Amino acid sequence: MSAPGSTAIRTRGLRRVYGGTVAVHGLDLTVAAGEKFGFLGPNGAGKSTTIGMLSTLLRPSGGRAVVAGADVAHRPDEVRRRIGVVFQDPSTDRELTGWQNLYFHGRLHGMPRREVRARARSLLDLVGLADRGDAPVGSYSGGMRRRLEVARALMHRPRVLFLDEPTTGLDPQSRSQVWQKLHELGRRDGVTVFLTTHYLEEAENCDRIAVMDHGRLVAQGTPHALKSAIGADVVHLRTDDDRSTARSIRERFGLDAEATPEGVRVGAADGAGWVPRLCAHLTTGVTSVTVTRPSLDDVFLHHTGRSLRNP
Amino acid sequence: MLESTTERPGRLAARSPGRRAAEFAALRALIRRETVRLVASPAQAGLTLLNPLLYFVVLGTGLSGMVGSESGGGDYMAYVYPGILMMAVQMPALNAGMSIVRDRETGLLRAVLVAPVRRDTFLVGKCLGSTVTATAQGGLLLAFAGLAGLPYDPLLLLALLGELALVAFTLTALVTLAAVRITRIETFQSALGVTMLPLFFLSGAMFSTDGLPVWLAATTLVNPLTYAVDALRQTVAGAVPGGALPTGPDWGGWTPPLAVELLVMCALGVAALVLAARRFSRAG
Repeated sequence: MSAPGSTAIRTRGLRRVYGGTVAVHGLDLTVAAGEKFGFLGPNGAGKSTTIGMLSTLLRPSGGRAVVAGADVAHRPDEVRRRIGVVFQDPSTDRELTGWQNLYFHGRLHGMPRREVRARARSLLDLVGLADRGDAPVGSYSGGMRRRLEVARALMHRPRVLFLDEPTTGLDPQSRSQVWQKLHELGRRDGVTVFLTTHYLEEAENCDRIAVMDHGRLVAQGTPHALKSAIGADVVHLRTDDDRSTARSIRERFGLDAEATPEGVRVGAADGAGWVPRLCAHLTTGVTSVTVTRPSLDDVFLHHTGRSLRNP
Repeated sequence: MLESTTERPGRLAARSPGRRAAEFAALRALIRRETVRLVASPAQAGLTLLNPLLYFVVLGTGLSGMVGSESGGGDYMAYVYPGILMMAVQMPALNAGMSIVRDRETGLLRAVLVAPVRRDTFLVGKCLGSTVTATAQGGLLLAFAGLAGLPYDPLLLLALLGELALVAFTLTALVTLAAVRITRIETFQSALGVTMLPLFFLSGAMFSTDGLPVWLAATTLVNPLTYAVDALRQTVAGAVPGGALPTGPDWGGWTPPLAVELLVMCALGVAALVLAARRFSRAG
């Protein structure tokens, strides 16, 4: 297990060129041990290429990457022993049972038989497949197969878990099941999780996120910081008299307030913090208050000029 | 598209004695995986055997009336039996290559390549595992030895099984070499389909190649299947009552004995596997 506060992933000037096309431009990234790090970007932004390089499957064209304490270019075997990977496309063996898939993965990682058996059982249990372990993977649903892949990636107790679009194509229920398992793992074993996604809800679950576009990092930070950086919250008030309320808020608090057909719209840095003060000082009757924070989609739109929802 | 960043094989292996043990454990797991797969889908194994069985029973009995005793002394059923045995390991060998190409295409291979195992270990394990399963499938056809007029003599069956294993290994290695070089499954399928049938017919499996025109007969000498069939046939002919030894390939007036034929197969298989492993270690 990595010491708290240590670095799980560090890249400096990491590059990858395919033919004449630059897929990843000089990437500088630092992920702390135990962190859940989300990698956002539209299709073709270079996310999968980055995961490919960090998991030693793709040779970097330039720069350095140290993952779980070993250089991906010079010590790929040490990196491989310490990482688990869940690929974008399903990669479990359909002809074998869930248990057999875990067993062979453990043996390929040089784990002793006895340990492999015990670990496979406990992981099947963890991902909720204990009763389906002896059924061929071909009979699994998409969500079950995904959970099995997470279990497989964890067989050899990796320090860093890479997940490339782990919940693409899953229904919301399966998605939240996969996430629940990931949270449990983070808490229990302190595994660093590095994932790419284009689901906003998933990005919200991360400690930190980075936004990538055209092979470059355009923003990184906590979801909160990223959202705060691009603008204020919006407080919507429904009142008896929108015009006078807007005027009174402008005069009394110096906030940017205007009356709209949907009520009074107030821009404020800490929207939730303003709600009690606004209500206490207003003389007009307030019927409802909503605070809207800028979403990660707004963050994404701000940095890439595109919406994540409609890439 | 994917390249490996695997280090020079030699250096890694030499670094620690634990490495060698880990590679060996991985190799065994890879072999085991193939046998488990075979047991998991017995229907497929059965279907693979259906083809050679049909050739044997339908074509064998049908033709034996026509050909009579002209083809090498014994009856035709005994004549084609070695070819049928070879056919039974040829199909699984082909399937092994197909699964390498398919796994690479679907990304299944990456799950294995991200393990701390050398890429050539993976290839050797896959090849040996497929050799075991192909031999097991071909071995099932030994149960029909009686139809060819062979006695169920344990020593004879054991000898045939051993030869089948060698044939299976050589064919699997050759197919693996092709699979490593061909990246598209459609290309692989048509390339191997086009090669395998003529190779089979020009090996002496179904009829003697003596009557072929000179230029065509020359190709039989570089056909690995020729040696496979002839080796099996030498063993079979020795056990059939009244069976005469087949003529066999002719190396400028000299007919290589069984041991040399087996050696040729073995060398060919090893060479193909080494080439395939080298190629596979470079790029994927």
